Amino acid sequence: MFRYLVRRIVGGVLVLGIVSAVVFGLFFVLPADPARLACGKSCTPELMAQIRHSLEIDQPVQVQYARFIKGIFKGRTYLKGTEAEIQCAAPCLGYSFRTNELVTDLLKDRAPATLSIAFGASILWLLIGLASGIISALKRGTWIDKASQGVALAGASLQIYFVGLILQFILVDKLQWLHSPGYVSPFDDPKEWAMEMALPWLTLAFLLSAIYARLTRAGMLEVMSEDYIRTARAKGLSSRRINFKHVLRGAITPIVTVFGLDLGSLLGGAVITEYVFNIPGLGRLATDAVSTVDLPVIIGTVLLAAVFIVVANLIVDFVYMFLDPKVRLS
Amino acid sequence: MSIDISVAAPATSVEGRSPAQLAWSRIKSDRTAWVSGVVVLFFVLLGAISPIFQRIMHLSPDQFSPETLDENMGAMPIGPFGGMSTAHWLGVEPRTGRDVFLRFVFGARTSLSIALIATIVATIIGVLIGLLSGFFGGKIDQFFSRLMEIVLAFPSILFALAITPVLESVLQDAGLPIGNPTRIPVMIFVIATFGWPYIARIVRGQVISMREREFVDAARALGASRAHLVFKQILPNLWAPILVTVALNIPTFITTEAALTFLGAGVIEPTSDWGAMLLASVPFYSVDPMYTAIPGFALFFLVLAFNLFGDSVRDALDPKSSR
Repeated sequence: MFRYLVRRIVGGVLVLGIVSAVVFGLFFVLPADPARLACGKSCTPELMAQIRHSLEIDQPVQVQYARFIKGIFKGRTYLKGTEAEIQCAAPCLGYSFRTNELVTDLLKDRAPATLSIAFGASILWLLIGLASGIISALKRGTWIDKASQGVALAGASLQIYFVGLILQFILVDKLQWLHSPGYVSPFDDPKEWAMEMALPWLTLAFLLSAIYARLTRAGMLEVMSEDYIRTARAKGLSSRRINFKHVLRGAITPIVTVFGLDLGSLLGGAVITEYVFNIPGLGRLATDAVSTVDLPVIIGTVLLAAVFIVVANLIVDFVYMFLDPKVRLS
Repeated sequence: MSIDISVAAPATSVEGRSPAQLAWSRIKSDRTAWVSGVVVLFFVLLGAISPIFQRIMHLSPDQFSPETLDENMGAMPIGPFGGMSTAHWLGVEPRTGRDVFLRFVFGARTSLSIALIATIVATIIGVLIGLLSGFFGGKIDQFFSRLMEIVLAFPSILFALAITPVLESVLQDAGLPIGNPTRIPVMIFVIATFGWPYIARIVRGQVISMREREFVDAARALGASRAHLVFKQILPNLWAPILVTVALNIPTFITTEAALTFLGAGVIEPTSDWGAMLLASVPFYSVDPMYTAIPGFALFFLVLAFNLFGDSVRDALDPKSSR
């Protein structure tokens, strides 16, 4: 088992290495001049030369990549020997010439908003999804089941950028139950934080809980037809014990997988959610960086998001081993 | 008196039915499949005949109509429900006065075409890689499995946004004109690049379970080439899972296309597109809700219909389902 863990971790690190090389390579190998891209529309020849020098474009791409990777582990210094020398401590993901900030600082700055969205929304959608899935499965064929299935189907076919606007129109503009979405630190003003986060939480929860409700219902119904459930019933176990100890336990593995992957990709930046609600998180940082062609920030955000996805995958695999004895043996 | 010992002939003779006929008869008796199929066809048709509406209405989807806007109200449409009238069936766009109905039908055309082409490209790549991976196994399988793992580790929306300007500049350097002629191929490429692993995974699994079956062995014993085994023996048995994946992929790709355009990495104005309409409607959603609702609900109904239809196709093609 230990060997399996090590192999999976090494595999994950390798995948990240390749992702970073691809992201890095695409922007620097392709014919478009990265200095021109990084310099943007209001570019002066002096600025261009400065960027060209500090991006080290005169160097071969493998040297640039090696320095980038070295920067992650050891840190690096930009514009060495000039007045504008910039120290970038490890893990250094680069320096944005657009905002004159270190990429790591930008990421640190934006991470709390994304974390807030991801954790609040994931708790909500998991609870709603599991609850409605369990009720559906236990009350199969009743109107409750049909209604919850209908909502789930609608939720699975709706888009954040549409539902978000509808909910904002109803809950914020008309009823004024919630505040306009945004981000304040929960340590400064926890109530305002929750009021501003509530709309993204609800929107994401509505859309994503649909998948969990369907998975839970299907999984539970499948387990319910298993022989060991009949055995448990014949032994005289209470139905509460059967439903939660046996049926739900048997149906939970696919839900854990999907949950881990959803959470992982959301942590890397809830791109559309943050864009719709104009929340200053990692996704918004990335979309802004794309629109201003801020290469170091683009590379940093994509890489960080990939880290979250890979780590989520690893965690899902490990959790799987504990939940499913069959995986442990093979 | 003679005893008739002949067995009464059945009213209709029992015919052998192919899996395709079985599936078709199941689909035919499935009301959900019918309704969702009709909805899908309706939108496809709307997109296909959009130029006819342009003729009938003597309007182009890009034509500004300032006379339909109230200059004193911040150039919002005059009239109820976003300026609906006999001249403008679904109202007009705020600020520009472009006809919403025409933009809507032409948008259906753009959104559906991009999603369909992306589906075809992703399916071809996915099926080929799945076949190779599953049939040959070993090193080839390992290579493609790693490749899938890497592709799936990319934050797809984010990466798509980032890569779009880069790929665009490559195509432009290759001589394609700026704008949609470069943007749309890039979108198709990006959507297909992140879409094929799902198809490849399913095909690979099916091929692995099939390559040791007797009929493949028999063909092999007869001296069939590997290409014959893969394309003539195995592939024809895979059309059911492939069809189901395609049916369920199209709605995903439609929403990806709309999301990319919504985020600004998609179809460029003045070409109409549902994602673009939604994006354009954001500043006006509280003053002119119809303008948001039309593309939003259309996208919802289209995706819902596709999802339901895909589910019905899956049920119909599954020999185990007994409905």
